[in-house]
Amino acid sequence: METLVRLDRREMLKTATGVLTGLVVAGSPLALIAGGPAWAVDLGALTSAEGAALMAMVRTIAPHDKLEDAAYALVIQAVDREAAKDEGLRKMIREGAAGLGADFAGKAESERVEALKKIESGAFFQTMRIKTLLTLYASPIAYAYFGYEGEAFSKGGYLYRGFNDLRWLAEVPAEDSGPMPGQR
Amino acid sequence: MARIEQNDASAVVIIGSGAGGGTLAYELTRQGIPVVVLEAGKRQSTATFSQVPGEAFGQLTWLDRRTQSGSWDVAKSSPNMPAWHCKTVGGTTVHWTAACPRLELWEMKARSVYGNIAGTSLIDWPVSHEELLKYYEMAEKKMGVTRRNGIPGMPASNNFKVMYAGAKKLGYRKVHTGHLAINPKTFDGRGFCIQQGFCVQGCKMGAKWSTLYTDIPRAERTGKLDLRSECMASRIEHGEDGKVNAVVYRDAQGQEQRQKARIVCVAGNGIETPRLLLLSESAKFPKGLANSSDQVGRNYCHQINGFVWGFFEKPVYSWRGVTLGGVIEDEVFNEPKRGFVGGYRMELVTLDLPTLPLVGLPYGWGRDFAWMLENYRNMAGMLINGEDMPRAENRVTLNREVKDAHGLPVPNVHVDEHANDQALRKHAQGQMTKVFEAVGAKRVVLGPLPPATHNTCSARMSEKPEEGVTNAWGRTHDVKNLYISDGSVLTTPGSANPTLTIVALALRQAEHIVGEMKAGRI
Repeated sequence: METLVRLDRREMLKTATGVLTGLVVAGSPLALIAGGPAWAVDLGALTSAEGAALMAMVRTIAPHDKLEDAAYALVIQAVDREAAKDEGLRKMIREGAAGLGADFAGKAESERVEALKKIESGAFFQTMRIKTLLTLYASPIAYAYFGYEGEAFSKGGYLYRGFNDLRWLAEVPAEDSGPMPGQR
Repeated sequence: MARIEQNDASAVVIIGSGAGGGTLAYELTRQGIPVVVLEAGKRQSTATFSQVPGEAFGQLTWLDRRTQSGSWDVAKSSPNMPAWHCKTVGGTTVHWTAACPRLELWEMKARSVYGNIAGTSLIDWPVSHEELLKYYEMAEKKMGVTRRNGIPGMPASNNFKVMYAGAKKLGYRKVHTGHLAINPKTFDGRGFCIQQGFCVQGCKMGAKWSTLYTDIPRAERTGKLDLRSECMASRIEHGEDGKVNAVVYRDAQGQEQRQKARIVCVAGNGIETPRLLLLSESAKFPKGLANSSDQVGRNYCHQINGFVWGFFEKPVYSWRGVTLGGVIEDEVFNEPKRGFVGGYRMELVTLDLPTLPLVGLPYGWGRDFAWMLENYRNMAGMLINGEDMPRAENRVTLNREVKDAHGLPVPNVHVDEHANDQALRKHAQGQMTKVFEAVGAKRVVLGPLPPATHNTCSARMSEKPEEGVTNAWGRTHDVKNLYISDGSVLTTPGSANPTLTIVALALRQAEHIVGEMKAGRI
């Protein structure tokens, strides 16, 4: 079990109601930051089945085929943590997950899209959509996947790390640009 | 830093510490005038700025409850957040992108030049362009604006190279890396820009000008400034004589406090400033303080914004480098034949993850939405910054149905766009699309309207007392010792990002206040 990557390492749950697990894909961005070949996320408000249905929902909202499940599991984890603290949210998420149907995760993408379009205007879908954007696209796994390099202060900025390395267009003449620091 | 007693009635009380309030605080204290600054937010520093986008947003942003009405898209896309500005010491100069264009002469004569346009409340500025230019020059020197006073421009970033090449193919001529209050080399004791691209999260180099680490510590070193952070003004009080004499506020512990004042200057950004005046209603001022004209909160302007994204075959890495490091200024002119009055700038921009999918892209989900993120590396960005039309019914009011944490009515922001606003935006989106397509964009995406960042004109300067809230010095028409010292006083917004104008007007107002005090008239 030591080889499991606990994505929720910072706050281990005393009593888990469910769990999401998966394998780290060799050579993936996650493999670079993960400590082992598998990962697991404990759930404190949702069941494993609910977690799996929501995983399929989040993948349908933001379908990045080569982005591994662990990135999506972080969204479910964030929703689960909030649901554990907010009874109203928990009820909405659990009812929403149940409403997706037992076999939602097994359906073809086109069928999942059609099912979600029917509930798109509702609070459940919109909550899950915002949570997806907030969490999925803010994780180190996603940053690595999308090639986003994030904060640069700790690395001395992008001044000498490619802020002007584009070569497929002409350089800007000096009068409309400016010198590098230290140059005249 | 000074400690000024609450019953000391000799102090000038400034509400807000941003471009207007922070500038004014230093200009007064350096003349020996005692000043209390009440700032609703906490004090951060270059050391404490978070570099996690979501955290930084929470650290700096004004997130108190607000409501909206009206037909503009932001009321639907961002119902609880009409505007995006700061709640922290230094105000919105902490997260601003440092663009410092000047207003043009004709923009300050909007009513005369544009004519009587139905459905607007246009008036001319009571300040001449020539007069404002003197203070623009002072402000630019103090802030270290690029391409002014011998300071060079910023070096061109990847994102700018795309904008530049496209603009040149269209024949645009006024295209450069902008007039920015960001140091290309060390200046005024502040470091140079290392092209982090995290301007909006607070500049950890201090290369971007902010009152947080320029005017405010300088004012503190005079020994005349008592800066009280986490102190939210809730009411300005007045005496029998109709002059203001105290400010009531809640301190960090939520306790009500009262600071006596010789003069009060309100600089709380274009929504909170009119809100505070309206909250200060009394038997003598039943419609709110300085509101005999019924103009407080009206004519709210926000400038026409909107993102345009170009997706290319090859990488751009738009996030590397100064966020707003470039501008096309060729559309800053008035030519009604284009289908609208007023002009606009096309400014370089990009957004981080996850801000791009949250506010930068059109609403969506599924394959097409995901495609844009899959191509984030190859994306270049621009932002419209155009003049919007003042309208009497576009206004900040008190929503008495919804209360804030202190039990006070929250501000409601009502905006119905004028047809001119929509025509200008459409033109700008068309031109920006052409710029990107000229250099081979395989797809151009028009973003939604973001929450307003340039909240202005809601307590405007006017020649005639019935048409505005203050005179040409930001002194309210109704109350002799009450001043407005932020973007609320702009008579019309023009197409220039407002901070430089706010600083210039604050410098000018400070001279006026010092003169009035020395002459014993206030």
